[in-house]
Amino acid sequence: MSVETTSNLEQEYNFAYLDEQTKRMIRRAILKAIAIPGYQVPFASREMPMPYGWGTGGVQVTAAILGKADCLKMIDQGSDDTTNAVSLRGFFEKTAGVATTFKTQEASIIQTRHRIPETPLREDQIIVFQVPIPEPLRFLEPRETETRKMHALEDYGLMHVKLYEDIAKNGRIATTYAYPVKVAGRYLMDPSPTPKFDNPKIDRMAALQLYGAGREKRIYAVPPYTGVRSLDFEDHPFEIQSFDKPCGLCGAEGVYLDEVILDDEGGRLFVCSDTDHCEERRAAGHTGPMAADPAASQLSKGSSDAEDTVQ
Amino acid sequence: MYVAVKGGEKAIRNAHKLLANRRRGDRSVPSLTLDQIAEQLALSVARVMGEGSLYDEGLAALAIKQARGDLIEATFLLRAYRTTLPRFGYSTPVDTGAMRVERRISATYKDLPGGQVLGPTFDYSHRLLDFALAAEEEGDLPEPDRACHTDAPMPRVTDLLGTEGLIEPDPAGDPGAAVGDLTREPLAFPADRDLRLQNLARGDEGFLLALAYSSQRGYARTHPFTGEIRYGAVEVEFYAEELGFEVPLGTIKVTECQMVNQFSGSAKAPPAFTRGYGLVFGQVERKAMAMAMVDRALRWQELGEEQTAPVQDEEFVLSHSDNIQATGFVEHLKLPHYVDFQAELDLVRKLRAEWFAARDGAKTGTQEAAE
Repeated sequence: MSVETTSNLEQEYNFAYLDEQTKRMIRRAILKAIAIPGYQVPFASREMPMPYGWGTGGVQVTAAILGKADCLKMIDQGSDDTTNAVSLRGFFEKTAGVATTFKTQEASIIQTRHRIPETPLREDQIIVFQVPIPEPLRFLEPRETETRKMHALEDYGLMHVKLYEDIAKNGRIATTYAYPVKVAGRYLMDPSPTPKFDNPKIDRMAALQLYGAGREKRIYAVPPYTGVRSLDFEDHPFEIQSFDKPCGLCGAEGVYLDEVILDDEGGRLFVCSDTDHCEERRAAGHTGPMAADPAASQLSKGSSDAEDTVQ
Repeated sequence: MYVAVKGGEKAIRNAHKLLANRRRGDRSVPSLTLDQIAEQLALSVARVMGEGSLYDEGLAALAIKQARGDLIEATFLLRAYRTTLPRFGYSTPVDTGAMRVERRISATYKDLPGGQVLGPTFDYSHRLLDFALAAEEEGDLPEPDRACHTDAPMPRVTDLLGTEGLIEPDPAGDPGAAVGDLTREPLAFPADRDLRLQNLARGDEGFLLALAYSSQRGYARTHPFTGEIRYGAVEVEFYAEELGFEVPLGTIKVTECQMVNQFSGSAKAPPAFTRGYGLVFGQVERKAMAMAMVDRALRWQELGEEQTAPVQDEEFVLSHSDNIQATGFVEHLKLPHYVDFQAELDLVRKLRAEWFAARDGAKTGTQEAAE
């Protein structure tokens, strides 16, 4: 995009890109979604200037709830400076001119793809998830007409059979992300492709959770402090991933880690997936076992570099 | 390696600069003008307008230029622009019977009122590269013998068939009924024919072509005849509430295709010909024909036919026809997925460790038994 078009964007388009009628339509869908936790509300998703599958649902939800005083944090894979997070944050900086931040604590709205921040969210925050396939039953039953019926009848036997077959075949439930949950004891919900590590965070979360699927034209929500149970069996209780090493940079334990390949001889570094969490800890003086490694300094440099350019 | 996905803002900016340069290409070659694209790549412009659902040759030409000739990318640009435009209302139905026809052919009659008008077509041309076009200056072209359009009245072939009762009548329209619009209400199933046609009109030409082709090769039984294809200009009118009458907004060029299909009758209806309908912006005949065939195949339920093939499956066809949705979701696989991949990596490592442990355990087990 050239400099001219970016500077003109603010005058040519409404605040946060969408027109007010569209925002109103989306807000109505959001209110309905909050009223029926976990239920997928159809909405007239608009074509957005980024491709379907790249966050159009999340962007529309964020655009509909964003106010001038909001402070927006945009993450992808837990990180603020992955390419698509940079692109989407830039979109709202241009079209809404709102303040943005990398810090989880400072944000009033957090839009995310694939992760939930490690820092617990508060009541005055909203987290918006980008959702590719909102229907948890989709890969078991491709037809929308059928899955809607199954939700209406609360007929979730198919999913239990799938999980049982996993155990029969692999000795464990072989779903590692987009792990199905039941919301408020009623609707089966796909928590978007976050790793199941994050599932306990959505149970009784203080912040409002909004899920937007643009291509599939669905919005759903989990209101604050709503019970969300990950499906399991008595003899095979739900469990999350655990890592046997701490973060190589900040030494954090009990957090989700990314595996970084250092060389072609099996050298590996495990670092926090949540880059803000990692930086906060390092700023507070925590160091991990690999912090002195040249690869590690390259990594921490990589992210602060990006911060310079984002402002 | 890690730095590649951590590139962030600076990398994106540089990539876009590089793209802008590549788009322009060799500076010693003159830059394309929008007029050149609109005039000389008119069929690309028509396809982009149709699938982009916006009739504006200038904007479509701009989109094609910006997209470096990638027509799906150009369609995407047009759609993203279209979505920001205010909506004042819906036009009244266009009257294709009153079309200012440039081309009109029927495969079902040798001659018919208004005649067969070939018009500008690739049909019957030999597909030999014309090296004369490679020359810088193309030279003077011979003038065509007849005017581009004809003023003779041209009743639609299906109307001619209809007077004999041989073809099913067009369903009586309810002028007061709201027309479905899948850009304002999310598509729900079952979808009525208005929504199906809207979906197909915006759908990907290649997807519809393949579906129509499959129906000819035995996946669903349709035996279509091209009742008529007509291409030309029609007037678009808008009923203005405040004025109490219709106001012309301008003319657009469209291709209309009416397929006539055999129908042996069922418990519900006597033997008669049935219709499949296609209507697209510009001269995009391949798409109009494919659309008409797919439309007909999707009507199996209404006509009491059997459902046997993908082309008849409304949910399958309508959910996958939009190339902007399709390309977005397929291409989103380029985005980083390392968080989920990590979760899978962890699982596969565990499963492999268990597999090897089980195998080694079995080995020592059998050895012990042998001893």
